Amino acid sequence: MTELPRAMTGPAPAGPADPVLQIRDLSVALPAWADRRLAVNAVSLTVGRGETLCVVGESGSGKSVMARSILRLLPEPHLRIVNGQVLLDGEDLALADDRRMRQIRGGRIAMVFQEPMVSLNPLMTIGRQIEEILEVHTDWGKAERRRRVVATFEDVRLPNPDFIVGAYPHELSGGQRQRVMIAMSLVLEPRLIIADEPTTALDVTTEAQVLTLLKELQQRHGTALLFITHNFGVVAEIADRVAVMRSGELVEYGAVGDVLTNPQHPYTRALIDAVPSLVPRRHPDAPAGSTAEPILTVRGLEKTYGRPSAGPAWLARLVPAIGKGGRGAVKAVDHVDLDIMRGSAVALVGESGSGKSTLARCLIGLEAADAGSALIAGDQIVGLSRSGWRPLRSRIQMVFQDPFASLNPRTRVGDIIARGAVLQGETPAAAMAQAHDLLKLVGLEAKAAERFPHEFSGGQRQRIGIARALAVKPDILIADEPVSALDVSVQKQVLDLLDDLRRRLGLTMLFITHDLRVAAHVCEQIVVLKGGRIVEQGSTAAIFADPQHEYTRMLLASVPGRDWQSRGRNDPVDRVT
Amino acid sequence: MRGMRLVRFILTRLLQAVPVVLGVVVLNFLLLQLAPGDAATVLAGEAGGAPAEYIEQLRARFGLDKPVLVQLGLYLKNILFLDLGFSFRNNSPVLGLILDRLWPTLLLMGATLVISVGGGVLLGVVAAIGVRTWRDHLISVAAVIAYATPLFWVGLMLILVFSIRLDWFPTSGMEDVVAFHEGWARVVDIAHHLVLPTITLSLFYLALYTRLMRATVLEQRGAEYATTARAKGLTERAITMRHVLRNALLPVVTMAGVQVGALLGGSVVVETVFAWPGLGQLAFQSLFARDFNLLLGIFFLSACLVVIVNIVVDVIYVLLDPRIRVGSST
Repeated sequence: MTELPRAMTGPAPAGPADPVLQIRDLSVALPAWADRRLAVNAVSLTVGRGETLCVVGESGSGKSVMARSILRLLPEPHLRIVNGQVLLDGEDLALADDRRMRQIRGGRIAMVFQEPMVSLNPLMTIGRQIEEILEVHTDWGKAERRRRVVATFEDVRLPNPDFIVGAYPHELSGGQRQRVMIAMSLVLEPRLIIADEPTTALDVTTEAQVLTLLKELQQRHGTALLFITHNFGVVAEIADRVAVMRSGELVEYGAVGDVLTNPQHPYTRALIDAVPSLVPRRHPDAPAGSTAEPILTVRGLEKTYGRPSAGPAWLARLVPAIGKGGRGAVKAVDHVDLDIMRGSAVALVGESGSGKSTLARCLIGLEAADAGSALIAGDQIVGLSRSGWRPLRSRIQMVFQDPFASLNPRTRVGDIIARGAVLQGETPAAAMAQAHDLLKLVGLEAKAAERFPHEFSGGQRQRIGIARALAVKPDILIADEPVSALDVSVQKQVLDLLDDLRRRLGLTMLFITHDLRVAAHVCEQIVVLKGGRIVEQGSTAAIFADPQHEYTRMLLASVPGRDWQSRGRNDPVDRVT
Repeated sequence: MRGMRLVRFILTRLLQAVPVVLGVVVLNFLLLQLAPGDAATVLAGEAGGAPAEYIEQLRARFGLDKPVLVQLGLYLKNILFLDLGFSFRNNSPVLGLILDRLWPTLLLMGATLVISVGGGVLLGVVAAIGVRTWRDHLISVAAVIAYATPLFWVGLMLILVFSIRLDWFPTSGMEDVVAFHEGWARVVDIAHHLVLPTITLSLFYLALYTRLMRATVLEQRGAEYATTARAKGLTERAITMRHVLRNALLPVVTMAGVQVGALLGGSVVVETVFAWPGLGQLAFQSLFARDFNLLLGIFFLSACLVVIVNIVVDVIYVLLDPRIRVGSST
């Protein structure tokens, strides 16, 4: 295995026997004002018939630019190919004229984008948007086009294809929209499909379904698949070969088994290590459950959005959009009972729409619960007025999901952190001194207090967000998906920081996440939510070993690359595919 | 199904408009009470002075001697039966006066809307397609100049150049009253008179919609769905026409709906400059004559007009954007 150097010092490894796409020495230039000269620097890749090549990298690695440059979808002239070849069945696309490129796009090479909601025209029916491809590339009649579209919908297993043909994008679920995008890419049976993070915006269970579907369709049609992702779990799930990119350069390239089990380049190793393990953590120093008293007690908490349907019920049944929309009442939190012990870390796990964020917002007073009770160390918080909440604010604090949107861009970091303490009665000077200490505590320099949020990276901003939450010395810290907006390698650092702080400061942590791996990494207890209800709760180890509820089992089974991860990656493993 | 819900939506909106319009009437009535003087003093003043008893007599005749709230109540009661009162100044019922002046104003507003929205959309698209070419620069610079120029000045300059110097268009009025044109000749004559006022009134809005359309087309062309369309193999032209245009129209429609009210205000200036016999000019005259009945009538009609246009805009919006659900009455 070691006689072939995979770290990109020597020539590229021998490609597949039947290459569809060959990229040779491809370089893409960035505009003059960018922080580096080349977005893609001398990258060479090959994808063969029926093969899946995963290109892995963090944000800014140039992976998406590389993928778009194949179809020449770059915003020229700001980004342009300056060197290299893109050979599709031997024809160099880098030299093709516009007319030829239009024939290639959609016909020979199709693309699936990350966010299906914004990738579809909101004002055009789904059927029309797919038929367009056939209009451009074939001379089929209307009826024939329609037949093909419906057949493709059946191929990607979309329910009720005749309805979807006439539907608008907003009338479908996220998973259905991504199936539509896949159907769109398959409709002319292209030689190559480029998928740019096609599952990143989807829920775990939906992601698993879409990945299975892609793999199955690819095998059936023998299409080559170039799959862009940042997630090594997904790589383990579907890749035949892997290419790792950093700062526009290819740092490692090889068969999936080799790369996953025996990464050559330190960067690849760091990325793989950063993927949170599915193995539940053990806490030798965790406080014993029997001695701790509950700090947060929730009983029968309910929150309903919207109001009951005003129209007749038969109308809502006929047109589901009415029932689902603003008119229908949605029980976001449905009779939740929860006890959280002092000093524990509890993960609230669920998919989008499970009510996990709403529950957290009710607990911190950003939403008013409709019914039930919630006690923070004996103090009732349901039904409190704004002024009634104020003394309790220092008990419970929140770290928000998006570090880019949750810090005021016009306020200095020091003021952002100190303000909470000042509102709680601290003198400004003391609060600022404390802010400096907090910045050091979260791993930043004290002089960061003088700067503005935009001068920091995503991970650093999330550290500032954590320092801000800690400024009022809370007992309970609610973290709402604090790492989902961050790159993988940064995720791990922030998670470790939270874990470390919790122990040093004796915090109780409520950790909201959709990712069971993240939950396993930092929490010793897990609460699984679905449709506003708790379907299962217990210790992380117990739930992972023996999930009781069917939904929990489904969530666990959906984690991409679970086989690879549960083996424990540091042990020597021969082959994983 | 959708059609039925649309009709219900329109009826609901019309019902909701009733309190809005009544509120406008009450507010206008009370505001006008704040203006110094009334019709009686103005009439007396124009007659070169009159004894106090005569003014009192006039007031009694006009009903101006009653307490304000009683006057308001009477007025509201009359309005419910579409009786807008009597203009003592013009010696004829207000409703008739207004209806006579309504259609010239509607004609001017309609022509202006068509020119400014239609032209703005067209110019905006042309500028956006050729972004950073001479076409874009020409349109953008012209739009800024048109945007910054005051209405009345444009009107006066147009008259000066095209009517007085070049003698291409008439200086004022809506038709040649001494020519007694009939049929098509009259239509042509009115259209000829319409050109300058329309240009004057639309120039500002034309510039506004051009800039808005250019910006939204550029924004939408960068949207992900446009990239998807490009990845499907569509030509740039097809992408703009089929995908971008409709999405880019939505903000323009919203803006146009909001500005119909402002258009009515702008027409006061234009109608005065060009002696266009419309509502704006009538409002201007009645204000100085303290002919409050007439003024209130004009306000009432304007409010109705704005409400109706807003409903029309909402309906257009629903037709353009399938994401908007009609029927949810929130």
